[in-house]
Order: sequence, then structure tokens, then C-alpha cells
Amino acid sequence: MMTNFPKRGGSAIVGVAESDLGVVAPGTAPLDLMGQAIQSALADCGLTLGDVDGLFAAASQLRMPTLSLCEYLGIQPRYMDSSYIGGASFQSLAAHAALALEAGLCSVAVIAYGSTQRSARGSFVPQRDINEYDAPFRPRLPVTGYALAAARHMHLYGTTRSDLADIAVAARNWAQLNPKAFDRRPLSIDDVLNAPMVSSPLGVKDCCLVTDGGAAVVMVRADRAQGLRQKPVYLLGYGEAQEHHSISQMADLTDTGAARSGAQAYAMAGLVAKDIDVVQVYDAFTITTLLFLEDLGFCPKGEGGRFVQGGAIAPGGKLPVNTSGGGLSYCHPGMFGLFTMVEAARQLRGECGERQVADAQTAIAHGNGGVLAGQATLIFGTSSTL
Amino acid sequence: MNKIERSPLQVWQDHLRAEELAYQFSPDTNKAVFYPRLVCPHGGKAPLEWRISAGRGTVYSISRVYPIKGEPYPVALIDLDEGFRMMSTVEGAAGEPEEIGRRVRVTFRAVTGEADKLPPPLPVFVWEDA
Repeated sequence: MMTNFPKRGGSAIVGVAESDLGVVAPGTAPLDLMGQAIQSALADCGLTLGDVDGLFAAASQLRMPTLSLCEYLGIQPRYMDSSYIGGASFQSLAAHAALALEAGLCSVAVIAYGSTQRSARGSFVPQRDINEYDAPFRPRLPVTGYALAAARHMHLYGTTRSDLADIAVAARNWAQLNPKAFDRRPLSIDDVLNAPMVSSPLGVKDCCLVTDGGAAVVMVRADRAQGLRQKPVYLLGYGEAQEHHSISQMADLTDTGAARSGAQAYAMAGLVAKDIDVVQVYDAFTITTLLFLEDLGFCPKGEGGRFVQGGAIAPGGKLPVNTSGGGLSYCHPGMFGLFTMVEAARQLRGECGERQVADAQTAIAHGNGGVLAGQATLIFGTSSTL
Repeated sequence: MNKIERSPLQVWQDHLRAEELAYQFSPDTNKAVFYPRLVCPHGGKAPLEWRISAGRGTVYSISRVYPIKGEPYPVALIDLDEGFRMMSTVEGAAGEPEEIGRRVRVTFRAVTGEADKLPPPLPVFVWEDA
């Protein structure tokens, strides 16, 4: 069923920020990073904590993140939401925020995330839902889930490990243009191919980073967006799909729910893939980028390997993908969804310096949760797209 | 609504102890169901029936998993001929994409554990021609 809400261009991102990233100071808590990011995102647009009356949050280390965060910040918002579909939560929360803004349930919505997954390694183990029928065979989750998808893609379409390595190298080349990126060291195709295996065909360099970090995004209704400090980044399209939780329950390992969430988002935005100037997709693993490029329509199904060859998604290539350096090279504190939105907004504001995509008017920010499970897609545009 | 006397997991494990690979069948939709559950995920209204698989199938996908400690081992998704998919392992497999599509059959391997709470044998697969 199609509805008229949220409305195309009815709300906008007006403030974005990261917290400290990488390795944070000893004793820093996820709430500290959320608080730091929120303060910076509000300063970015010229609003204050006192203006915030809608709070949206997800965090793997916090069971009730909006309660913890309200307490930490000393605020009592009128509307809160902590829906949780893993790394895609933030795309979903942005749509919920848009609905709440349009319905008048709140007027300034903040979406926040924070994690100390790197610093807490050894003491914090992310909570996983156990599938009793899969667990005895000891898949190394989440990576084995993605490895099974990669192997299937190779079997069906002739995709190679070298194709996947192109994706890791492209992400690294973008990261080298982003001063905030965690790993900016040179990386070659051979480095990726020769890295130790984790779950074949995926090696260490096919896997995202493990870092600390947080981010925050401020959204308001379109009518309020114009008077603020930054150029509004309008929400043009949204779509969401979930079709399994365990990898053993995914109907077709090479056809993700991004095909459905993307189609919804494009329909709402009135755009198609070739209209998108900047692509941010959740790259938990190299195969993730490849699958989402196919499922979001940037190349035909099965052609992803050939599409990314030879630096095609690297700086100077034919399609700018994950211009921050992505989860593979910029940061990955456990859930990357919100960072795709931060980078999309910055690209559309034109403030990305060396990595800025020329004349970027439209961007897609796709979130992924679990093992290719929760899928949520956002499409953004500048005022010229309204 | 009937009280659950034996959970789906318990019933499945009872079959494993008899060296049977059980799955469920939805009579309303004529589809196999796995993992076992109380509600038909295909929209059928009639209760799911338990059936025993012939244990023959095809490798849908496979990976060689490198644990932090210990030797690597294959993890596979197997499409059983009755129309359901399960995670398992294929003994002797390399865990490479070239093995996708190969035929396998089930066998049962005892699991070590304390005698009073011994887990049921594991349904693992071997190459059909092995």
C-alpha cells in the first residue's frame, strides 16, 4: 500500500556530526560519544539541546538508548523511538523522525549513535540472537553469513576475489582523501588477496574496521529548515524491507532486500539510479557493497564484479561510492548506518574538500542490519531537487 | 490454543537421537518448513506436520571458516531435496565456491558432552558419491 507520508521533501537534515572516532580516551562510554556528537550536530545548525523535542537512537551496547540518553542530556523530549534493526536502524529512525515531524509530534528531531566497540574489545561481546539450528555448525557471524553470499555470487556470476579487492582498494583511496578516516595507509589488490582468511572467500581486508565512534543527525520539517545555518538536505525517498534474520533463512543469497527498499525509495523520490550523484552504502564487507550496487540499480544483477573493476568506484571513477572511505577504511564502530547519512549530507552541502563530488545534488544512503537482513534506503537532495 | 507439551526444538532433537533428519510440512501450502516452528510462515492455517527427510541434497553455498583458535572447517547451506534449506557442514569439503551445486547426503555424528545432558547427534553431510 502506498501512502503519502513521509512526504517527498517534507523534512530535511540540517545538522550532522561525528563524535571522536577510531580509538577514544580510556573510560569513554557510548553515551559520552552520543552526547559529544549531538552537541556538535546542534552547533552545526545553530540549535541547542533545549530545542530538541524528538530523540531517536540505537546502540548495541545500550538496551534502552533513548532512556539513557535523555538522562545523560537532561532532556525530556515529547517523542522518542529506539527501533532496532541493526545497522539499518538509523535509516529507519530517520523515516520515523520524518513522520513524527510531519505529524507535529516533535519539531526538532535528533538521531544518535555511539559505540566503544574497539576499546571495549574483550570485555564487551555484542549480543547476538542465537539460531539453535545453525549454531552447532559454528558459523563465525556475521562474517560467515556474508562469505556464503560471496561464494554464491562467485558460483553464479563468475565474480572473483580480485573484484572484491577492487572494492576494498576503492574505499581506501577515498579514505586517503578524508582526514577523519581511521586507516589511510596504502592498500593494493595484492594486499587484499594475500591477507589472512577469516571465512572464505573473505579475508581480513574484505572486512570492515573495528573502531570506536558515534554520530548524530538533526532533522526538522522543511518549513523550518531554511532559516538555519546550513543548506538543508531534503529527504526525498525512503524504503524499508526485511525478509529474514538468520542467513540460513535468506531465500536467495544474491538478492537482498535492498532491491525492495531501494525500489520504494526511488518511487517516492521520483528518481532512478542514474539520477543519483553520490552513493553511500553500508559496506560491512566488500561483498556488501557489490550486492547493494546491483540491488539499488547501479548495474545489472550479476555484473557487480565487472562494474567495480579498475577503480570504477574509486576517486576519479565512474560512480562515487562511499566517499568517506566507508566501514572498510573510515570507521566502523559496529553499526555504520548513520555515518552513510552524515557523509551523504556533507556531500550535498559541498563541504567535503578533496573528496567532494562535483555538483552533487542527489545522494543515496543505504543501511544494512544483521546478515543482509534489515534493509533501509534513504534518498536525499538539495533544494534544486524539490 | 493447546499448551506446548514438547517444543519444536525438542521434537527435532528427539528425531536426531533416532538418527532421523526431521523437517516440517505445511499441508495448506504444500511447502516444506525449516527451522521447526509452531506457525506456518507461508500463511497456511492447518498445523505443520513433521516429516523425515531422505537426507539427500545439494550444496547451496559453502565457506571455510577460520576460527581465532584451532583448525579451519567448512560451514555450508544445504538445499534438501524435500525443499528446505539448513546450515550444516560437509565433511572433507574445502569450503570453496567450486563445491556449490555438488550432491551430498546426511550422516549423524555423536557430540561430546556430559553424559546427563548429552546433546543429540549432529546432522552433517558427506559427498553423495563418498
